[in-house]
Amino acid sequence: MIKLKKKTPLIDQHNKFGFYGNKFGGNYCAETMRKPIEDLSKLFEKLRKDRKFLKKRDHYFKHYLGGETPFFKLKNLTRHLGGAQIWCKDVSAINGDAHKAYHATVNALICKESGKRHIAGDTGAGMFGKNLAMAAKKMNLKCKIFMGTKDISRQAPNVKFIRDAGAEVVPVDSGSKTLVDAVSECMRHYVSNCDNTHLAVGSAIGCNIFLKICAWSTSQISRELKKQLIKEFGKIPKLKLINVIGGGSSALGFWNEFIDYDKKHVELIGVEAKYAAPLSTNAKVAILHGAAQYCLTDKEGQIAETHSLSAGLDYPGSSPLHGLLKDSGRARYTYASDKEALNAFKLITKLEDIRPSLEPAHAWSECIRLAPKLKKSDVLVVNNCGKGYKDKKIYIEQLGYYPK
Amino acid sequence: MKNSINNAFRTAKKENRPALISYTVCGDNTKDKSLQILNSISKDLDIAEWGIPHNCPTADGKDIQNSSYRALQNGIRLNDIFKLVQRFKKTKPSKPIILMGYYQTIFNYGDKKFIRKCKESGVDGLIVVDLSFPDNKNFAKLCKRNSICFVQLIAPTTTLKRMKEIIKSSHEMIYMISTISTTGSALKYSIKRIIKNFNIIKKIKPSKNVVIGFGITEKTISNLRSADGLVVGSAICREITRSLKDRQNPVTNVSKLVRKLKNKII
Repeated sequence: MIKLKKKTPLIDQHNKFGFYGNKFGGNYCAETMRKPIEDLSKLFEKLRKDRKFLKKRDHYFKHYLGGETPFFKLKNLTRHLGGAQIWCKDVSAINGDAHKAYHATVNALICKESGKRHIAGDTGAGMFGKNLAMAAKKMNLKCKIFMGTKDISRQAPNVKFIRDAGAEVVPVDSGSKTLVDAVSECMRHYVSNCDNTHLAVGSAIGCNIFLKICAWSTSQISRELKKQLIKEFGKIPKLKLINVIGGGSSALGFWNEFIDYDKKHVELIGVEAKYAAPLSTNAKVAILHGAAQYCLTDKEGQIAETHSLSAGLDYPGSSPLHGLLKDSGRARYTYASDKEALNAFKLITKLEDIRPSLEPAHAWSECIRLAPKLKKSDVLVVNNCGKGYKDKKIYIEQLGYYPK
Repeated sequence: MKNSINNAFRTAKKENRPALISYTVCGDNTKDKSLQILNSISKDLDIAEWGIPHNCPTADGKDIQNSSYRALQNGIRLNDIFKLVQRFKKTKPSKPIILMGYYQTIFNYGDKKFIRKCKESGVDGLIVVDLSFPDNKNFAKLCKRNSICFVQLIAPTTTLKRMKEIIKSSHEMIYMISTISTTGSALKYSIKRIIKNFNIIKKIKPSKNVVIGFGITEKTISNLRSADGLVVGSAICREITRSLKDRQNPVTNVSKLVRKLKNKII
């Protein structure tokens, strides 16, 4: 079993080749990309220690993204389920409607620092695309967003937003026409334009530096949560932190500050989509988009197609950092079906005022399953990491309504 | 056939021309057709590169993506590729064949098993697009122990320091990427600049055979003839696509194209 290092940030627990636990991650990329990613790594290592840059980041998080996102108890749901206390870290309240706002903003800031004027990113659900487009506009960068044609049609509200923000949407029509193809095409674009373009990878995936930037940025969520928990409970209570997993960027941000806690004290639970679940269905380790990771493949090693109603989860791979958390036993992973996520949305929106998108609806489904089996002293916190408006059409198709 | 790659370069040099190297995707559009194409063009080739199709090819442009897609649609498997190499080598034992692919295919099959199968079937060299230096050190050693040439790549972005290290650990052939791009896009740099990069590499170690690839077409090939070898890939894959679309025989069309390419560098 892989052992995690205490007091070392999770993103820094790699060897000199970029491997976590000698098994996950690495830099499986074309020679053309080596120098640009090395330059980016140096820049990032400098910036994360640079007070001025950190001040700038915090300024943007506070004034541009709206500051601390709320943390509150879902009293009706808790009463209804009659077990553990259920709390919501409502990251969807951020300006930008999802946790992707953090690393989109940081990527745009890094791009600016690097002197590059172009930024390119991939998107599935459109949340990263929209946030990157917004950040690029704010910082006067030219932005291209790569998106599968299937996702362009099922996440239309976000596509409109991206275009309105002045970014170019590059439709990707190859393969399954979803996130996996968008990431591939975006990486190709980078291989061809790495001299003037910054690559902003939409999740904690890709070569070592890309997943580091992503998880470093989203960790803002757990920094806030820790403070909010202490304010509410006077200490860190016995917790279960439930988060949905696509690539895994929101979970890494939600869990980051709690990695060193004993798992009996703070349990980390990741919820994948049933037919896109490499971590919870014993997938093999494979190399996808530059890194070794748990990934769905066929016997020949070809990357498998996935199926999820949720565009953000429709991805065959997973962050190498989740491979590390799984193999070290620090986090555990499970999955929820489309139907379970829809049912969770139904119940939550009937009882509470939040409107989760399809992605966090998967996490809510696990919360609803677990809560009745637990004691009142147990605290469940769910990261409500995306707003539901983008899935309004899908909810109406599937449920016949979208709550007010 | 030991050192057949070196021999191929020697022959070309004697004829005062660069070696002509083709890239096609094994199994495009069917297993038999891809072998027929290779058999037919091999008389004009010095070295044949065969692509192992992968469905997430992050360094390939549209043309090679299309070829890979067709091959996979028609059910090509890695074991078929080894069998096809064996069949090719049976009739043309001295023609070097290099397999080119992504590391996922090899990783999934197992490094050692993959190299053993390469050796058994007569593969002379390997190019693994996304296994770059220094991560490829062990794999390159494993190749060397089995008399397989591991071809290192050098890009326009490669620094001089890194270039020296790569050349030091390279085998008899080095692949120079002409421009910052995926396969098959137009040359972004002037011919002069590409040749300048080539000369920098050659100066570090003149004995290495340095080939130039990416963006080589009928139009550009003759201007780059001072290289030790030139790789034409996407232009050939594009010709296969066109032939299939027009319901023509890709074997004759591709053979004609390769003959034309050869004539431009004689």
